[in-house]
Amino acid sequence: MRFDTTITGVFATLLIAFLGYSFYLYADLPQQNGPVSPQVAQGKLLWQQHNCSACHQVYGLGGYLGPDLTNVYSRRGSDFIRGFLQAGVNTMPAFHLSEQDMEALLAYLKNIDQSGNADPRQFIPQTYGHIVQR
Amino acid sequence: MGTLYNDKTPFTRVFLFTGLALMAVGLIFGLIGGLQYLVPSFLKAQLSFDKIRPLHVSSMVFWIIMAAMGCVLTYIEEHTGRKLYSARLAKVQFGFFLFAILSIFSSYVMRIFGGREYWEFPPMLAIPIILGWILFLINFLLSIRTLKNQPVYVWMWLTGVFFFLFTFLESYLWLIPYFRNNVVNDMTIQWKSYGSIVGSWNMLIYGSSIFFMDKISGDKKYSRSPIAFAIYFLGLFNLMFNWGHHIYTLPTHSFIKHISYAVSMTELLLLGRIIYLWKSSLSTTQKHYHQPGYRFMAAADVWIFLNLILAITMSVPAINIYTHGTHITVAHAMGTTIGINSMILLAMIYDIMANSGRKIIPFKQSLKFGYWLANISLFVFWVALIIVGILKARWQMSVDQEPFGSMMSQLRPFFMIFLGSGTTLAIGFLTVISILLTQKPLSQST
Repeated sequence: MRFDTTITGVFATLLIAFLGYSFYLYADLPQQNGPVSPQVAQGKLLWQQHNCSACHQVYGLGGYLGPDLTNVYSRRGSDFIRGFLQAGVNTMPAFHLSEQDMEALLAYLKNIDQSGNADPRQFIPQTYGHIVQR
Repeated sequence: MGTLYNDKTPFTRVFLFTGLALMAVGLIFGLIGGLQYLVPSFLKAQLSFDKIRPLHVSSMVFWIIMAAMGCVLTYIEEHTGRKLYSARLAKVQFGFFLFAILSIFSSYVMRIFGGREYWEFPPMLAIPIILGWILFLINFLLSIRTLKNQPVYVWMWLTGVFFFLFTFLESYLWLIPYFRNNVVNDMTIQWKSYGSIVGSWNMLIYGSSIFFMDKISGDKKYSRSPIAFAIYFLGLFNLMFNWGHHIYTLPTHSFIKHISYAVSMTELLLLGRIIYLWKSSLSTTQKHYHQPGYRFMAAADVWIFLNLILAITMSVPAINIYTHGTHITVAHAMGTTIGINSMILLAMIYDIMANSGRKIIPFKQSLKFGYWLANISLFVFWVALIIVGILKARWQMSVDQEPFGSMMSQLRPFFMIFLGSGTTLAIGFLTVISILLTQKPLSQST
């Protein structure tokens, strides 16, 4: 009986802590959140509809066949990305996007680029195993 | 235990058969994807990589989910000594899942996406999964009836059933603009849910494996002991709070990273316990070595040890900046889903088949061949992925980074090993699966 009460108590405590943590995060999201332009919103949907994450990563999360695209916008520029999307390469199909969709996808990539830097070289390891961003 | 339930293939076994079929299909999709790494034009027109990857991942995820649900539904009956609260609910649950799986596969083949990584299907198709899971939750709770004086595996099943539903719903918060408008916010919640969802199905699988081990040993003391509950709570604590190790490089709240680093390190306790109990585990292995189901459990033990070391290492942020975004993450995913989850599920499927009036398959000839081929191949596959990951990490951190394409070309020899070992791995598992699927009931086999 006492053992049962202890188990229920520990479970309830953890559950409350988890729900508290979850809802705190929902309420206090890490970056300032405002409405995005319809073009960026459309670009995000296109990213998902073409399953870009099958091959590409954003912040190191996604597929492994192609490069990480978090900061491709500032590194390569919109013309380079446009060329890749239109012509395709050996491993990537040519996407026959309309001009409107192309602009939306570029706007989304620009939006991702502005959110931060995904280059792992900019992190400095700390003595206790943590990392800080340069 | 097990006296009531020797009926010929009760309905819950259908979950297991479907799971096995999905695993077989997933292995074939995986091979096609591996081949496309080396020959990009292979089936590019029909099944290009953007289709193959989700087909492979979804097949494997649904293999794990279907088999885990099948094991839990079967073992609830054995545990309570009663029939399920409602066999009809289980049938409707299966119907929802079958409908979802077939629709999802069709959408991928027709290149209709719309979701995100791992759940790439249009969000509408999540509805039958949610409905099916709610029925599973209802059936589970009404079959168990009370939590009073229950062993640890019942708590683990309860955790798995509840948290899967919560985290699966959470993974769809992106449908609300508030969550999806900023990529960092969106990815934070996405990986919060993904990290915990894996922990949820692990609870279903590990809970069932404790039930299975109780059955083999005939000793129910462990599953009611304080140490069993302590380990369960440690697992639950990690399920809830360690997910941040997926997003150390994301510019999100730093407290998320600190919490998950600290929580992930508590897994060292598990590692320490495995090492401490190594000798006694070896003698247990020798004692039960004649039982085919136990062989798969023994293999899972080795994979738990290897993957726990890898997981703890990757959870140190200073190391994670090297491993993140490389194939070391894939090695960890393959090691856990194939080496741990699949081995445990196969062990339990073997046990359930043997208990449901099917001919007991001896651990020799083709089963032995399939088992060893799968395990040895998986080790080669796992090591090849780690080596590829180390080489990619070196490239990622180099000052004068050469183009991505050149780096990938240099990795080709390892991709060939990866494909070769992937092929033998598939042959090994397909052998085991075909034996399990074609085993006739005793009445027909004599």
